[in-house]
Amino acid sequence: MDLSLSTRTVGDRTVVEVGGEIDVYTAPKLREQLVELVNDGSYHLVVDMERVDFLDSTGLGVLVGGLKRVRAHEGSLRLVCNQERILKIFRITGLTKVFPIHTSVDEAVAATD
Amino acid sequence: MATVELRFSALPEHVRTARLVAAAVARRAGVDEAVLDEVRLAVGEACSRAVGLHESHDIASPVRVLLIEDEKKFSIEVGDGVPGGTTAAGARGAGEAEGAAESDAEGEDEMGLAVISGLVDDVEVTAGEEGGMIRMSWPTTTAATIP
Repeated sequence: MDLSLSTRTVGDRTVVEVGGEIDVYTAPKLREQLVELVNDGSYHLVVDMERVDFLDSTGLGVLVGGLKRVRAHEGSLRLVCNQERILKIFRITGLTKVFPIHTSVDEAVAATD
Repeated sequence: MATVELRFSALPEHVRTARLVAAAVARRAGVDEAVLDEVRLAVGEACSRAVGLHESHDIASPVRVLLIEDEKKFSIEVGDGVPGGTTAAGARGAGEAEGAAESDAEGEDEMGLAVISGLVDDVEVTAGEEGGMIRMSWPTTTAATIP
């Protein structure tokens, strides 16, 4: 399965819904999307990963890159994920301490630091 | 001889194929269903790393994956063609020389190894004259043996 990406605006947040597999082949598409959003002035991103089937370290690298970009503009990057197999990858790499991870888009959109 | 041997051109689009094949062979070998996600992820990480190394060192030879079914364990060996330079330190040297884009790749390479070592109990990374190798293994259950 390839990667699917769609974006929508909720208040001052931009929700990026990601589906399919994020790996060494597809991660550049996600990177392009995040870079484009930041370049267009969207600094508060919510990445909805509920429809992601597979995530590897290349995908993690892209998310960390996105976080760096939004932070440069005092923005935020929040993740939405309830899937244990995806959450496990964040845990073993220690990235649960880096990303705020929410159980729903509503919760992520409502969250403030 | 390996149960299944896979060679693929060092291109990112083929890593998914390697994951699918590895998971299929692992399932058949009797690796627990609950662990198959880990097998898929670990072999993907090892292959992504090998593809990155081949690209950054401009190596035309294919990436080699051996899937080996033994009595009590299932092993995967992912070999790259970078002689003696598959350590993170070797990749870092190349990254510094070639600029910022390479530094990103190097970070992902290290994260890939971190994921593998976090996932797999039995893992060994070696560097040889003919290239580097990541060996991983998982226990199998005898229940999967077809009578």
